Amino acid sequence: MMRASRNHPGWWAALGHRLSGLALALFLPVHFLVLGLALDSDAALDSVIAWTDQPLVKVAEWGLVMLLTLHLGFGLRVLALEFLPWRDPLKTLISLGAGASVLAGLLFWIVAL
Amino acid sequence: MQDTADREEMLTVEIWRGREDGALQTYRVPRRESQTVLDVVTWVQRNEEPALAYRFACRVGMCGSCAMQVNGKPRWTCRTHVSRVAENGLLRIEPLANLPRIKDLATDMAPFFEKWQGARGRHEPTRTRHEPMAPVSSESPARKAANAGIECINCAVCYAACDVVGWDENYLGPAALNRAWTLANDERDADKAGLLQAVSQSGGCHSCHSHGSCVEHCPVGLNPTAGIAGLKRMTLAALMKGEL
Repeated sequence: MMRASRNHPGWWAALGHRLSGLALALFLPVHFLVLGLALDSDAALDSVIAWTDQPLVKVAEWGLVMLLTLHLGFGLRVLALEFLPWRDPLKTLISLGAGASVLAGLLFWIVAL
Repeated sequence: MQDTADREEMLTVEIWRGREDGALQTYRVPRRESQTVLDVVTWVQRNEEPALAYRFACRVGMCGSCAMQVNGKPRWTCRTHVSRVAENGLLRIEPLANLPRIKDLATDMAPFFEKWQGARGRHEPTRTRHEPMAPVSSESPARKAANAGIECINCAVCYAACDVVGWDENYLGPAALNRAWTLANDERDADKAGLLQAVSQSGGCHSCHSHGSCVEHCPVGLNPTAGIAGLKRMTLAALMKGEL
């Protein structure tokens, strides 16, 4: 069960950072594998690129862009925490960062469609 | 009289009894105006359970001895109003997390205070008592940084809220590191190198994951995460200069 003492933005940001990092780590080998196809032949890569034009895959790409921006945002948060002389307005920053990530994902999706 | 008793609002209070292998026991406690969680525990001890073990002293938020888990969150019970924390008239009161349990709501605070020593949380003077007091400007950045952290009441709420304390038994914890941060900014402290050595060992400031649970729960509004981040920067700078 979720511990009550963990239910605050800082903890969720840390969890989001960890999970988005794990998900990206799983995605990256596949990404490199696809890029590696270009070494064999144009056709192999083109067929994968054609496959990514399907709407469902586009939705997944939206998720991917969001994961990337979330991971970036949460990483910047950690850097800001550790290297800037901050005091208290961090919660607002976290919310803004998370909101910006979702928007970035949406923007990518709209452009892609 | 019976009528009044029937209409009296009651709280359902679950209180931990025993040590690690104990269990929650349920009590019915009359609801009062401006009632604190400590008032509830005291009512149970005086009326239902004379053997109930718990700690308190000042009852005004200064001594730091009455902290407990209330509905899953560590809190100073003397300054926590029931109206703010009861969920549908239910209170679950347990001993502070991350500390060994002695009996009922009393925990063994020894590991908490040992870590203050581990973080070199004592002042090493630069002068003897026969010399005049060192002048410290209230405007200096170091004094302001220290000032932000010195009101700690040693209640261990941050220690109970911290995930890293639960994961790593060597981790010094937010309170001890916050204390070290105030000393690191104390111009009168004679052993900066020893202090930075103590807080940068395994289980020191670099173990902090910056979740901010300590900041979230500190009853007196301190920000140990900011202090720990300051120690991280200070130890890094010392390492670069070859002082560590």
